[in-house]
Amino acid sequence: MSERAIPLHRDAPRLLLLAAIGLLMLMPYIWMVAASMKPLDEIFRASLSLLPKRFHGIENYGKVFSSIPVGRYLWNGLVVCGGILFFQLLFAVPAGYALAKLRFPGRDLVFGAVMLGLLVPPHVPALPLYVAFSQMGLLNTYTALIAPFTISVFAVFLFRQFFRSLPDDLIHAARLDGMGEMTIVWRVVLPNTWPAATAFSIFSVVAHWNDLFWPLIVVSDTSHATPALGVLFFRSAEAGDDFGALMAAAVIMTAPLVIAFLLAQRRFVEGIATTGLKG
Amino acid sequence: MSDMALPAAAGARAPLGEAFAAWMLSAPAILAYFLMLLLPTLATVALAFTDYELGADGLHWIGFENFAELLRDRAFATSLRNTLVYVGLVTPGSILGALALALLIEAGTRGRTFFRAVFFLPVVSLTVAMAAAWQYLLHPTIGPLNAMLHSIGAGQPEWLSSSSTVMLSLSAIGIWENLGFNLVLFLAGLTAIPRELYSAAEVDGARSAWERFRLVTWPMLGPTTLFVLTITMIRAVRVFDTVAVLTQGGPNKASQVLLYTMYEEGFTYFRLGYSAAITLVFLAIVLALMWLQTKVLDKRVHYV
Amino acid sequence: MTTYPPPGVHKTVTQTKFDCHISALTAAPQHQGVQFVTGIRIQSVTKRFGATPVLRGVSLDVAAGEFVALVGPSGCGKTTLMRIVAGIEQADGGGIAIGGRDVTRLRAADRDVAMVFQSYALYPHLSVAENITVPLAMRRLSAWQRLPLLGRFLPGTARAAEGMARDVRTAAEALGLRPLLDRRPAQLSGGQRQRVALARAIVRRPSAFLMDEPLSNLDASLRVQTRREIVEIHRLAGAATLYVTHDQSEALTMADRVAVMQGGELLQVATPEAIYADPVDLRVATFIGSPRINTLPAETGADGMVRVAGHPVGLWGASPGPVTLAIRPEDLLPAGHGLPALAEAVEFLGESLLLHARHEATGTPLVLRLPPEARPDLPASGSHFHLQFDTSRALLFGAGGKRVGATALSGEAVLV
Repeated sequence: MSERAIPLHRDAPRLLLLAAIGLLMLMPYIWMVAASMKPLDEIFRASLSLLPKRFHGIENYGKVFSSIPVGRYLWNGLVVCGGILFFQLLFAVPAGYALAKLRFPGRDLVFGAVMLGLLVPPHVPALPLYVAFSQMGLLNTYTALIAPFTISVFAVFLFRQFFRSLPDDLIHAARLDGMGEMTIVWRVVLPNTWPAATAFSIFSVVAHWNDLFWPLIVVSDTSHATPALGVLFFRSAEAGDDFGALMAAAVIMTAPLVIAFLLAQRRFVEGIATTGLKG
Repeated sequence: MSDMALPAAAGARAPLGEAFAAWMLSAPAILAYFLMLLLPTLATVALAFTDYELGADGLHWIGFENFAELLRDRAFATSLRNTLVYVGLVTPGSILGALALALLIEAGTRGRTFFRAVFFLPVVSLTVAMAAAWQYLLHPTIGPLNAMLHSIGAGQPEWLSSSSTVMLSLSAIGIWENLGFNLVLFLAGLTAIPRELYSAAEVDGARSAWERFRLVTWPMLGPTTLFVLTITMIRAVRVFDTVAVLTQGGPNKASQVLLYTMYEEGFTYFRLGYSAAITLVFLAIVLALMWLQTKVLDKRVHYV
Repeated sequence: MTTYPPPGVHKTVTQTKFDCHISALTAAPQHQGVQFVTGIRIQSVTKRFGATPVLRGVSLDVAAGEFVALVGPSGCGKTTLMRIVAGIEQADGGGIAIGGRDVTRLRAADRDVAMVFQSYALYPHLSVAENITVPLAMRRLSAWQRLPLLGRFLPGTARAAEGMARDVRTAAEALGLRPLLDRRPAQLSGGQRQRVALARAIVRRPSAFLMDEPLSNLDASLRVQTRREIVEIHRLAGAATLYVTHDQSEALTMADRVAVMQGGELLQVATPEAIYADPVDLRVATFIGSPRINTLPAETGADGMVRVAGHPVGLWGASPGPVTLAIRPEDLLPAGHGLPALAEAVEFLGESLLLHARHEATGTPLVLRLPPEARPDLPASGSHFHLQFDTSRALLFGAGGKRVGATALSGEAVLV
C-alpha cells in the first residue's frame, strides 16, 4: 500500500544498483554479440571497445553458415524437443488423470513408482541405455535422442496434482451424461489441461534444447546434432581460435529460445519456476 | 462428500470398467517407465558390481571391487572434492545473491518485470553457447575481463587454464547460471507474505527494515529458502556442461567433477562398470540431499 | 510529497491547536466518568491514492476510555484512516495526536498504539506466547539483547525477560489463552487466533487501540459472543479505542459513539441512539438500520406544509422546496386511510414480520416492520391499503441530503 507512493528520486539509488548488477549479468551477452561483429585481429588486440572498428559481422556469420549446417542443427533441435514433448504429454496426461481421478487396484503402487522415479536424475540410467541403443544400432538417430525422455515422471506427478484440483463433480457429471473414461479424458479433462501443459511444455523444451549430456553420448555425426552439439562441433572442428565466428555461432544457437523468452517472458518464468522442481 | 458420491457413480458403471480404463490410460507411461527408467537404473546398479567394458567379451561379478577402486583412485577423490567445492561456492553465492536481488526488486514497484527478465536470461540461454561466450570473456590474453584488469594495472589470472583458479571461474559461471532461477523463486516467496504482517511488525515496534526482515521476511521465507537450498545443491552436483565445453576436466584434472568423470570413464574409456559405480555415488549424494530436505530441515521451517 | 502543514510551521501551530483543544476536552464532561488522560485526535486528515481522494479532511476525537466505531461501506476510506492513525500509512495533510502528543511525523513503532488486524496478522513461526511477547521485546530489549542465542547472555536480558513473561501471562489469562501458550497459530481455531491478536494488542497497555474489522473472519455465532468480550477488554484496559467495521450492528451494539463515514468524509459522529433516531444526513439514515429506512419524495409548499404526491402528511417544513421524507419501517402502520399503497409480499422473521408494499402515486418501494400478531389483519398481496405514521419520528431531508427542521402537527400519530 505505502509502496505505491515512492517518488522516483528516492527510488533512483535502488534502480541504479539493480541496473549495475543487471549490466554485469549481461556482460557475456554483450561481449558475445560485440565479438561476433569484429574481425579476428581486433579481437586479438583485446581492446575494451565494444564497437568494431571494421564491421566484420557478415564474414563471421557467413562463415558459420557456410561451414556448418546451421539450419540442420536448429531443425534437429526442433524435432528432438518436439518429439520429446509430444510423447511426454501423450504418456503423462492420461496417466496423471488415472492417478488423480480413477480408483483402481495398484494405484498406490503406480504412484509410489512415480515418486521413486522423481528421485532419480536422468544421468543414472544413461549407461545401460547407451549400451542398449548401441547394440540395436540406434546411435546417431532421433530415436536415441528422444526415447529416453518419453517418460517424464515429473510430468505424471505434475498432471496428477493438477487434475486433483479439478472438481470431482465435473467428472461425475460427465459420467452421468453417458461419457466413457476415454471420452472424459478427451472432451472434459484435456480442455482443462492447458495451464499445466503450457507450463510443463516450456520447462521441457528449455531443458532439452539446452541439454548437452545425452546428445553428446549418443550422437557423433553432424546429421543428428542438436544446437548444443552444433556449437561444440563448430568450435572443435572449424573455428579453433576464431572467436568472432564462434561467437556468431553462439548467438545463432542461443537466439531462438532467448527470442521466445523475451516474447513470452511471464509464461517462461512461471513455467520454469512453478515446474522447476526437477530442473 | 466425494467419498460418498464416488461409489454411487461407480455403481452406475461397472467398477471393473473404471479399473480397466485406468490401466489402459496408464499403460503407455508404465511401459516407458519400465523401459527407460526402472530397468536401466537397476542395470546401472548391477553394472556397478561388474567389470563390464564396452567391446570386451564378457563381464564378471566383482562385488565391491569398483567401489574399493574408487577409494584408491586419486582422480576420483579430486573429482569428488571439486564437485563439493563447486556446490559449496555456487549454493551460497547464488542463494544469497538471489535473495538480496529479490529484496531489492521487491522494495519498489518499478522495473520488476524488466529486472526479473534480465536476471532470468541465463536460465533460458543455451549453456554450451554461453560457455563459449565465457571462454572468450575469461580468455587470458584476448578476453575483455583481463583487458579490463590490465587497464587498471591489476594482475591477469589465467581464469580457466590455471589449476588454482579454474574451479573458482567455473563456480562464478555456475552462480551466474543459477541466480535468475533462485531469484524467481524468492520473488514468488516474497509476494506470498501477507502485507498485514509487515504492518503488524511496524505497530509492534519493528523500526528498521532489518528488524522487519528478521521478524517477518526471513521466517516467512523459510520454506522457500529450504526449497531453493536443496534444489540449488542438486543442480550444482549435476555440473557437466560448462566443464565439458570449457575445461574437459583440466588443466591437469583440476576441474574434474563427478558427472564429467563418470562420462569420461563410461563413454571415453568405456569402463562401464566403473562408471556405473561413480553414477551410484552421484545418486547417493542426490538422494542424501533430498532426504535432508524432507526429514531434517522440513520440520523446522513449516509452521503447521 | 505534498505535506500539510509545511514541516517548519507544523510543530508550533498544530501543537498549540492540539493543546487548547485537549484542555477543552478535559473540561467537557466525559461519559461514565472516565478521566481524560489520553486519547486519539485526528485532525483534518487528507489522503489521495494517485488522483483519487480517499480522505477529504477527516477530523475525529476519541477520548481515553471511549469506544468509537468507524462504520461505512467498503471503500469509504475507514481502513485507510485507521492505518494513518497507526502510522502504517502517511497522510497527505492534517495531523494525528495520541495521548496528547503530536505523532504525525512519528513511525508506527513510536506512537504507543496497538492494532488488531482483520487477518489477525499473527507471526506463523512464533508460538502464542512468543507472538504476545513481540511488542514487549521490541520495546524493552535492545537490538543486541534480541539477538538469537547471544542475546540471552547479555546483562539485563534475564530480568527483562522475567517481566515480559509476567505481562504475557497476565494478558493470556485475561483472554483465557493460558493452555494455548505453546501452540503455533496454525494449530488454533479462528476464534482463538482472534484472542491471541487481542492479547498481543493489550499486553503493553498502549494509549490507543485500533481494531480493523476484527470480527469479520469469525462465524456468526462467535461474532456475537466476541463483541461483548471486546467491549469488556476495552473497559478493563481503559484506552481510547477506534474500531473499524462495515457492520452497522457491531457499531451500534459496541460503541459509545458511532462515526459514519462515506466517500472519504465523516457524515456524523454521535451516540448509537442519536445515529439511529436523529441522523443529520440522508446517507446516514439510509446506511444505518435494517431493513433500510423508507424514503419518499415530498415537497414543502409555500404554506410550509409537507405533501407527498399532493397529500399533506401532517408535517411543516422550515423552507419551501423539494424534500425527502424518511420513515423507519417500524414507524409505518397499515390503516384505513392515509397514504395509498399497494401490498406486495410478507416476510416472516420470527420476532417480527415485514410487509413489502409500494407507494401508489410514486411507485416507491416501502417496508413496514410489524409485530407477528398483525399477520391476520394484513392486506392481501396485490390489494390496496393505506399507510399512516408517527410524524414526531419522521425525518425530513433537504435537496442536498442534509436534515431540515420539521414540526409535527401534534406528538401523536397523525392520520392524513
